[in-house]
Formats: sequence, C-alpha cells, structure tokens
Amino acid sequence: MTEPQRSPHPTVPPPPARTAGDRVRSRAGRSGFQRRRDGQVVAGVASGLGARLGVDPILIRIGFAVLAFAGGAGILLYGLLWAAIPLEGDAAVRLRRPATAQQGVALALIVLGILLLLRAVGLWFGDALVGPVVLAAAGSAVLWARSDDHQRANWSRIGGRVPAGAVERAASAPVSPVRIAIGTLLVAGAAIGFIAANDALDAAGDLLLAVVAAVAGIGLLFGPWLWRLIDQLGAERRERVRQEERAELAAHLHDSVLQTLAMIQRSSDQPRRMVALARSQERELRGWLYGGATTTGPATTVAERAAHIAQEIETTHEVSVEHVTVGDAPLDDQLHALLAATREAAVNAARHAGVEVVDIYLEVDPDEALAFVRDRGRGFDPSAVPDDRHGLRGSIVDRIERHDGTATVRTTLGEGTEIELCVPRDRRRTDVPEA
Amino acid sequence: MTMPATRSVKVFLVDDHRLFRAGVQAEIGQHVTLVGDADDVDTAIQGCRATRPDVVLLDVHLPGGGGQAVIQAVHETHPDVRFLALSVSDAAEDVIKVIRAGARGYVTKTISPDDLVTAIGRVHQGDAVFSPRLAGFVLDAFAGELPPGVSSDDPELDQLTTREKEVLRHIARGYTYREVAGRLHISIKTVETHVSAVLRKLQLSNRHELTAWAAGRDLL
Repeated sequence: MTEPQRSPHPTVPPPPARTAGDRVRSRAGRSGFQRRRDGQVVAGVASGLGARLGVDPILIRIGFAVLAFAGGAGILLYGLLWAAIPLEGDAAVRLRRPATAQQGVALALIVLGILLLLRAVGLWFGDALVGPVVLAAAGSAVLWARSDDHQRANWSRIGGRVPAGAVERAASAPVSPVRIAIGTLLVAGAAIGFIAANDALDAAGDLLLAVVAAVAGIGLLFGPWLWRLIDQLGAERRERVRQEERAELAAHLHDSVLQTLAMIQRSSDQPRRMVALARSQERELRGWLYGGATTTGPATTVAERAAHIAQEIETTHEVSVEHVTVGDAPLDDQLHALLAATREAAVNAARHAGVEVVDIYLEVDPDEALAFVRDRGRGFDPSAVPDDRHGLRGSIVDRIERHDGTATVRTTLGEGTEIELCVPRDRRRTDVPEA
Repeated sequence: MTMPATRSVKVFLVDDHRLFRAGVQAEIGQHVTLVGDADDVDTAIQGCRATRPDVVLLDVHLPGGGGQAVIQAVHETHPDVRFLALSVSDAAEDVIKVIRAGARGYVTKTISPDDLVTAIGRVHQGDAVFSPRLAGFVLDAFAGELPPGVSSDDPELDQLTTREKEVLRHIARGYTYREVAGRLHISIKTVETHVSAVLRKLQLSNRHELTAWAAGRDLL
C-alpha cells in the first residue's frame, strides 16, 4: 500500500548545497516532494504528486478516487501522504512537465496492480462496483489528461525529441476526436455495466441508480470540459479582438502608408511630387488616427468639404493647401455654392500663382459664411484677364452673386492674391440643423 | 521684419524621435544656440533645470506624461523658461492642453525652418506664436455667447475684443504678424500685444471649460 509513495524516492536528487538560497528553493520546489498550494483541491497531495511525477493531477485524483472504492485504500493513502508530505514554500519555482504516454500508462498500471493486490487480499467492494468505476475513471482520464498544444510543441522542439506515435498523440493531444470517442465509450460502458451489474436491486432503486449513474457519467464526461471551456473562452475572445485590431491596422497601413512610401521612392527625382504625396498621405492618416474631418466618404459639413477640397488640390496640383475652418454647419445650397467657388479660387491659385502654399480660411456663423483664399504668388491685373477666361468671372464671382453674396478680389503684382467670398445664410433652413 | 538676432537665444529641444531632433538641429543650429536635447519627460525636466534655456521646443506627445508635465515641472523652479510647442498633432485637445499648461505658442512640425526660427525669437521676447490652425481653434472656442449655466468670474477673460478677433482671423487666413499689421494699419508691436492678450485669455479663461470643448471638438 505504501509502494506508490515510495517508488519515486530513488529518483530524488541529493539535497543541494545550502548556500545558494534561491537555487535551493527552486530545486526543492521542482524535484522535492511537496504538496502544492496552487491547484489544490483538498490538501494539494494530488497536485504535488502530479508535479513531482510529471503527470496531470487529474490522473492522480482519479487514481485516488478509484482506490477509495477498494476498501477505502485511496482515502487512507491520501491521508498518509497528506501527513507525510510537507507543504511547499511560497517562493517555490514551478515547472510543469507535460504528461507523457509512458507516465500515464505507468500510473495506470500501478493503480491496476494495487487494485488486483487489494482484490486478492480481500479489501474489496465487489467487482460489480469497482469494475465500472475503474472503466469510468479510465475514460475520464483519456478525455481530460491536460496537455496543451503550444506547451507540448515547445517541449518537443526544445528537447529535440521526436514525438512518439499514435498512442502518445491520442493520449496527450488536446481532446482529439479519437480521445473523445475512446473516453466516451469507456464512460458509457462503465455506466451501462454499473446498471447491469446491479439488476438485482428493486425497481425504485434501479431508477435512482440509473439516474445517479447517468448524472455521474455526464459529470465525468462534461464537467472538466465545461470548466476548462469557460476558462478558455474569455482568453480566446480577448486574443481574437487583439488580432482583429492588429489585422485592421496592418491592412490600413499596407493600403495607404506603404503604397505611398513606395511611390515616394519612385518619384525621388520630383521633389514637388514627393511633398504632395507625403502631404496627402499625412492628411489621410491623420484623419484615420484622430477622427475629425475625414477625407473619405461624402462630405456633409463645411469642415469636411474643406478637407476634401484641400486634399484634392494637393493631389492634383502638387501644392500644400493650409485650411482652417471656424464654426461648422451642414451643407446647404448657399454653403455648397460658397465651397464650390472657394475650390475654384484655390485651384486658380495653385495653377497660376506659382506658389507652394495656398491658404484657405472658412468661417461659418448663423448669419453669413465667409471664405478667404490666399496666396503669396505673382498676382495679376484683373482688368487684363481675357474675357474668354471664365474661371474667375463665371465660376467664382457670378456664382457667389447668384446666391446674394459678394466676391472681392485683392491682388498685387508680385505680392499675391486674396479672394474674399461671403454668402448670407438661409435662416429658414439652417435654424434647425444648426447644433 | 524687425526680428532681433536669434543667434544668442539658448534653445533646448525635447522630442522622442531622434531623427526629428537631428533634423531640427541641422535646420536651426546655425541661427540659435542649441544647449541640449531630451527624449522623455524626466530627462527634459533635468536638462532644462541644468542648462537654463531661453526657449524650449517641446513635443506635445512625450513618453512619461506629455509635454504639459515638462512645462509644469520646469515652471515650478524656473518660471522664466519659455516653451514653444511643436507637434504633428492638429487635434484641438492636444493644442489646448499644452497652451493651458503654459506654452507660449504652438506650431506644427511641417513649419519651415525660417518660420521656426522667427517663432523661437518671438517666444524668446515674450510674445505669443499662433499658427493659422491655433488661431482658428481660438476663434472657434470663443465664438458666441457664454453658454447658459457657466458663470463668468472675469467677463473680460471670457470674450475676445473685436480687434483681437480681427487679428486672429488674419492669422488664420495665413497672414504673418507683419502683414496683419500692414492690413489693419497698426504696428507689429500692437499685433503682438493683441495676440499675447488672446494667449492669456486662452490660458486663464474658464469659458466653455476650454479643455472639455477641445476634447469634444475632436469627436465631431
């Protein structure tokens, strides 16, 4: 009866030198025989034994449970070990070795041997009870011996060991279909055998027994699984969210920033184009990072439309467009007209002024909306603009005047141009949406 | 422009991007005296206290507490050190935060080297530096009446004067201080006075609870 307790002792290394305190503790924690604080169910005997033997504590617990049916031998053994094994120190370093098929089989054989011994001695509840319990325990062990994929993979790689064959895989893979089938068969067989073996009991007892057996079987089958599932679900969800965020970020950076960087490298002999590319990418990335006025999707407010216009002109005309919007409002007819004229003025400046920067300033208040488009370019003589050039006259001045607004052009040759546009707000329509 | 020589202005550079620091040093090293640089809040505070710079060029986003942490810590012991915020962020929240902490101006990192040197000189003289975008933010923040329920301890702090608005509007339109002065027929000194007054209001006003306003604006 004391055999399983003693058998590991020969492998315990001699006590290490006492000088290096940390090392002593860590070695004792790993290879010594100690009850565990973490993962303990009753007194930590099974988890301590499991850690020492490198076997999943669940296997040990099942072993104790089975032995408990052998005339209470398991309970007695547990009590002895409880008394004999010290509790681990707080600072113990824990290393969990993965269960191997050999260790599992060895443990099973030891339990089987003890069972046979007890049966021969006569400490026995009877085959009808012990048989099904052993079967059920074996099924549960096959199903739930814990072994997580990553850890196993790491160990195999680090140790350079070739994984064993199908038996080991079946015994240690994380709940493979094979294991589910074998375990379920064993547990179901145990339940059926238990019911069949107790036929002699009266009908009421039969029913109760059948229910208890079924519940116990289901509990053995799904209990640990449910427990572990709940545990894993949270972790998996968090991991998935992280991965999705990362994937979205990577996709966005690839579509935008990396493409732009590639284009910049290809146009390194065209400084203005490089600047324009960098500016437009900066604007887009900024919109994506900080929210605010986006440059994708249809513009619905003055600030958004202004951002669109600025980006469009920067891309097509290779200038920088600085735009500032004070106040904001949903776009209506008046504001649409103002922004269309603003855009035209900025395009003119980008094309004709010979500058690298164009400033746009928009101000929206309840009574009127103002726009200023300014450059420090070469300027022009308004009276000298040929009549067939419709940009300034048709697209800007006439458009604004059709909306009861005013357009003012200030320009000085050699110093630059500023176009000031002003339209009244349509009070009837804008009183409501004005937030 | 009557900017005095900036060669003797001691400048300290705080930015967590080494490449950017190197770039700024190369660009303005000829025009100012760089006395040191730092890449996080703690080294920046120690460096500023040790080298006593005139102007600190300060990134808004810094590991260890952000630019405003540097301003507050350095001003506790050296209130005469002036800060100019320099950032890639156009977010109103960042801008308002660092100005309220005591920076005397805010420019974006795309500013040209000449403009940056001019801005450093201006901050060194005690004036405020408003980029067009900052001017736009301020006009936005101070627009309209005080919201109902907000009591005004000092009504003067919570309103911009007509002239101040006019100056800010010109800055937002892209005019330099000198050009603003020319257009409004006032001296550059007067423009600077107006802008400094606006900076003071921006730092001290409880109007709109400016920080909350700035945070809300970025959500639009």
